[in-house]
Amino acid sequence: MGGQQRVYRGKIRSTQSLKKIFRAMELIAASRIGKARDRVKAASPYSQAITRAISAVATHSTVSHPLTIERTDTNRVAVLTVSSDRGMAGAYSANVIREAERLRERLTEDGKEIVQFVAGRRALSYYNFRHREIAGEWTGGSDAPDVRVAKEIATALFNAFEAKADMGGVGEIHIVYTHFRSMVAQEPRVIRLLPLEIVEGVAESDAEVEPLYEFEPSSDEVLDSLLPRYIESRIYSCLLQASASELAARQRAMNTATTNAEDIIRQYTRLANSARQSEITQEISEIVSGADALAAS
Amino acid sequence: MADALTVDIVGPDRVLWSGAAKSVSVPTVEGEIGLLAGHVPVLSVLRPGSVKVVASADGGHTLDITGGFVSFDHNVVTIVADVAEPAEK
Repeated sequence: MGGQQRVYRGKIRSTQSLKKIFRAMELIAASRIGKARDRVKAASPYSQAITRAISAVATHSTVSHPLTIERTDTNRVAVLTVSSDRGMAGAYSANVIREAERLRERLTEDGKEIVQFVAGRRALSYYNFRHREIAGEWTGGSDAPDVRVAKEIATALFNAFEAKADMGGVGEIHIVYTHFRSMVAQEPRVIRLLPLEIVEGVAESDAEVEPLYEFEPSSDEVLDSLLPRYIESRIYSCLLQASASELAARQRAMNTATTNAEDIIRQYTRLANSARQSEITQEISEIVSGADALAAS
Repeated sequence: MADALTVDIVGPDRVLWSGAAKSVSVPTVEGEIGLLAGHVPVLSVLRPGSVKVVASADGGHTLDITGGFVSFDHNVVTIVADVAEPAEK
């Protein structure tokens, strides 16, 4: 076997093993995405119950809670970027990081100072490479987020919001995550978590009049305990959406990679075949011309 | 009396228990309250303790919670629990 042929055979073999890996990753992502979507579904009764309760409180009391008021004493703004832990998901992480950078630019133009929080190793390494200061990081388990992690993040962001201006307090909290629209469409999104805009959800219940609740101990205290939970569930739902998006993006990227690997294998097989053919042709003509030379002498 | 209450006990990541019940008792920050059909709408903060659900179908359930809140209106009880464990079978 000639040298050229050996090179092609080697390339085909390595591409074949790569293809196996891609296929396996695709199947893994496909099997996990169902679970991720179930988790999104399972968490929605909780957030619905909280939203309903908050709107009940909001309709019966004039809401002026520290969490709903714009802070003017600080120009610091917290941004939480939710990305994946691993690559192999196409442009998933790149998209969400680009969105975060756009937000950063916009906020910087408004004269804000950014305090960066990060979830997911990809975004972390992106910021580390650029020597950005990171106020808080959570890595591991981006494809199957845990309630406890959501709680930790919520507590950290909460403490930053509650802190005094000279202690590093922040006036706003933004989250950049990827919204799961469908299996084929995921879009990076920015939401402002704090200060809260409670208006949403209040208007929807016009079919039946909100009953007159009795609040125990008082409407303010109920709100006090509701809002942190609300924020926690918002963060958790963002993480869940991001994980579903990550898996969908990975499945699609791996599917494309498998197809590409097949293309490459086909191409190299053709090249190897023609190399083999030309080698045979050459050998034949060498033998024939050798025989000719012998016969002529 | 038939089970007049619809009860949903939800945790952050899943529905913990859901079904019909005769009465529910929950530990609020101001003390235990029992909810029967026709109770005044109430929204209350819970302290750690156990939620007791009395159902005619299979006796009842007890869930230990570490906090949360309960809302009651139109005979629908929604208990939002931070973390809940079934106490005993």
